[in-house]
Amino acid sequence: MSDKPKFVYVTYIRTTCEKLWRALTEPELTRQYWAGTWQESDWKVGSPWRIMIPDGRVGDSGEIVECEPYRRLVLTWRNEFIPELRDEGHSRLSYLLEQQGDMVKLTLTHDIDRPQSKLIEAVSNGWPAILASVKSLLETGEPLEATRRWPAGT
Amino acid sequence: MDAVFKALADASRRELLDRLRAENGQTLGELCARLDMTRQAVSKHLVILEEANLVATVRRGREKLHYLNPVPIHEIAERWIGKFERGRLQALSDMKQALEARDE
Repeated sequence: MSDKPKFVYVTYIRTTCEKLWRALTEPELTRQYWAGTWQESDWKVGSPWRIMIPDGRVGDSGEIVECEPYRRLVLTWRNEFIPELRDEGHSRLSYLLEQQGDMVKLTLTHDIDRPQSKLIEAVSNGWPAILASVKSLLETGEPLEATRRWPAGT
Repeated sequence: MDAVFKALADASRRELLDRLRAENGQTLGELCARLDMTRQAVSKHLVILEEANLVATVRRGREKLHYLNPVPIHEIAERWIGKFERGRLQALSDMKQALEARDE
């Protein structure tokens, strides 16, 4: 992967690293704010990982590259349900969680080794809503309305 | 949220965000080369943008790369733009863009 990410997203969430980690990985939590999806993995380095769409399709898949619980998670990510995006192959997603006072700074990058990527364009549009929604869930108990359900017809 | 509005209430800082939108991941030097502002002024504006979390930075060796971070703006939009209004606002925004493009 390039050493210069295409985008870097940061959000500050009033929570703990442990709670945010759980919100990013546990099915009963992601279902609430991540369009009804959940992930399947044992979160060990080298293990497979995938996102399940509520209708039973696999959304994206890859494997765990780095896993330092409550701190850092890196995984490969290939789209599985849109042929054009699947053909681009694996991208790489990283989360970094840092406690700063009573807030956690979450830094997210998502990159791929190709100059013009439709996948990166798609996820760069999607992540701000997902991040705003997980922040809302952890701080208020309610996710954002827009990200609660899988969008119909996709 | 006050920090976001304060940071956005300045044309030079909005200009910096536009530059990052055009090309993400620039160093201070790269940003200065394309702007009619002193390095000191750009640096000061970047601190304010970073404090408002509108700019995120990553280190690459000795360089610091600056990225436009849209997450706080999204949080603000979600706070006041309900789900019922989103479709209509998008339609209005598309129409404005289409009409203005025709005028050019």
